[in-house]
Amino acid sequence: MTEQAGAAKPGRERQEIQAVPVRHPGRWVAVAILAVLAAMLVHTVITNDRFGWDVVGQYLFSAPILNGLRNTLVLTVLSMVIGIVGGIGLAVMRQSPNPIVSGAAATYIWLFRGTPLIAQLLFWNFLSALYPRLSLGIPFGPEFVSVDTNILITQFAACLLGLGLNEAAYMAEIVRGGLLSVDRGQAEAAGALGMTRAQALRRIVLPQAMRVIVPPTGNETISMLKTTSLVVVIGYFELLTSAQRISNQNFQVIPLLIVAAFWYLALTSLLTIGQGFVERRYGRGFVPDRPGSRLLPKAGNK
Amino acid sequence: MTPMVEASGIHKSFGPTEVLRGIDLVVQPGEVCCIIGPSGSGKSTLLRCVNHLERIDAGRMRVDGKLIGYHEAGGKLHELRESEVSRQRRDIGMVFQRFNLFPHMTAAENVMEAPRTVLGTSRAAARKAAEELLDRVGLSARRDAYPGQLSGGQQQRVAIARALAMQPRLMLFDEPTSALDPELVGEVLDVMRGLAADGMTMLVVTHEMGFAREVGDSLVFMDDGVIVEEGAPRDVLSAPRHERTRSFLSKVL
Repeated sequence: MTEQAGAAKPGRERQEIQAVPVRHPGRWVAVAILAVLAAMLVHTVITNDRFGWDVVGQYLFSAPILNGLRNTLVLTVLSMVIGIVGGIGLAVMRQSPNPIVSGAAATYIWLFRGTPLIAQLLFWNFLSALYPRLSLGIPFGPEFVSVDTNILITQFAACLLGLGLNEAAYMAEIVRGGLLSVDRGQAEAAGALGMTRAQALRRIVLPQAMRVIVPPTGNETISMLKTTSLVVVIGYFELLTSAQRISNQNFQVIPLLIVAAFWYLALTSLLTIGQGFVERRYGRGFVPDRPGSRLLPKAGNK
Repeated sequence: MTPMVEASGIHKSFGPTEVLRGIDLVVQPGEVCCIIGPSGSGKSTLLRCVNHLERIDAGRMRVDGKLIGYHEAGGKLHELRESEVSRQRRDIGMVFQRFNLFPHMTAAENVMEAPRTVLGTSRAAARKAAEELLDRVGLSARRDAYPGQLSGGQQQRVAIARALAMQPRLMLFDEPTSALDPELVGEVLDVMRGLAADGMTMLVVTHEMGFAREVGDSLVFMDDGVIVEEGAPRDVLSAPRHERTRSFLSKVL
């Protein structure tokens, strides 16, 4: 390369730039407006006693609310586990060279994304109307065990089936997007080293796809946290249902909505922090010292 | 002596495009065979057929006397299972133009990966072997660096060490220096020169005529899916017999 004339030659006298910085009066106006709005908000939250902060305090840690919170957590975690495992399976099926296998996955995704979640929850709950008894046996052959559908598919099981199987369809597309984001050369390099397709997927492709899969999965998890409240349509209860049951009796609607909102925000915050850690784990080798979460900046980062 | 690579009548098409149109090639054990030719001549495809990354349409590909991708029984060819193809590939190392290192693993982890996953080598033994291999390619100081922190030349040397970790009997190089900055080409060629001196059988698709002349035992010129000319590198490069070879060499030399 030819050196550019006079470019950064040592010894040349250094001329500091002394310029008048551009003023930004608009920014000060914006700050002033926001400050006034914030002050108004704080003022009204404190002075308007119809917020019922005493009621909020009274119910925040009450047994029915904590019960509902537990159900929300259990439903979210288990549905997401079903959704993620099912989603990975469907995404891998979708990429299968066998058109029947890939078509089956596509049909599943079409069906479960294309119908309302409420309808799916109701369907699983009323499965017994369609099949009063479920049995295990050889297809078209003898049956080994047979049980009453209503005993096997409890309300809780119907919730999990509805939320989890629906989530799997969405997760399948997220995982597929992640798998597609990994360069084909990676699977080829793994194959050339003697790894089977399954080994290459597990060790090479999936860990890299995770970088792309994790952020939307965090989205889905946070969304699921609140979607679980739909289980009320089949008579199950979780956090929001618990809050509403209480306010139906004492008519303190706003305070109990605040109680529910508090817990949803608390859980969402925890999930956001957790997502930061997971992202940092799968970001290895891509961006050095990547700040995983803005809530928890790594020491040394600005 | 059984040839290390024996390709006979290889044909390969991608859709309507016939990329390989009847290739016959023999590489003896310990031989360094360089393949040159214009882009689109099918040289990379031929290399990828050797380890069955591409499935051939016609002909037979043998490595160390064994049919690749198929086995012959009762006068019929039977496709090999995926696990059997994987087993065949263990003995054939491959180095890619774009390195294809695993970006989520350090240099040492890249080298350890295949022995650990495919052969079930213990962590300690794989680590020791990886350190020796990285030392051999002059990168022992960078063993804990991620590929993203290495220069192109360093990445390609790690890729060579990674391929060597499976103790292959044949190494395939697919334009190993084409993606490198000019000043980094030398360090990769040095490693390859060392490998050749150690007696490794190598099939090298390259544009480095100097390397082909100096290290290669044989040189193959491919154009339009066929081998136009082959022979000792010195002869082919300095006294090409075919017009197409001559015109290609006049452009690159």
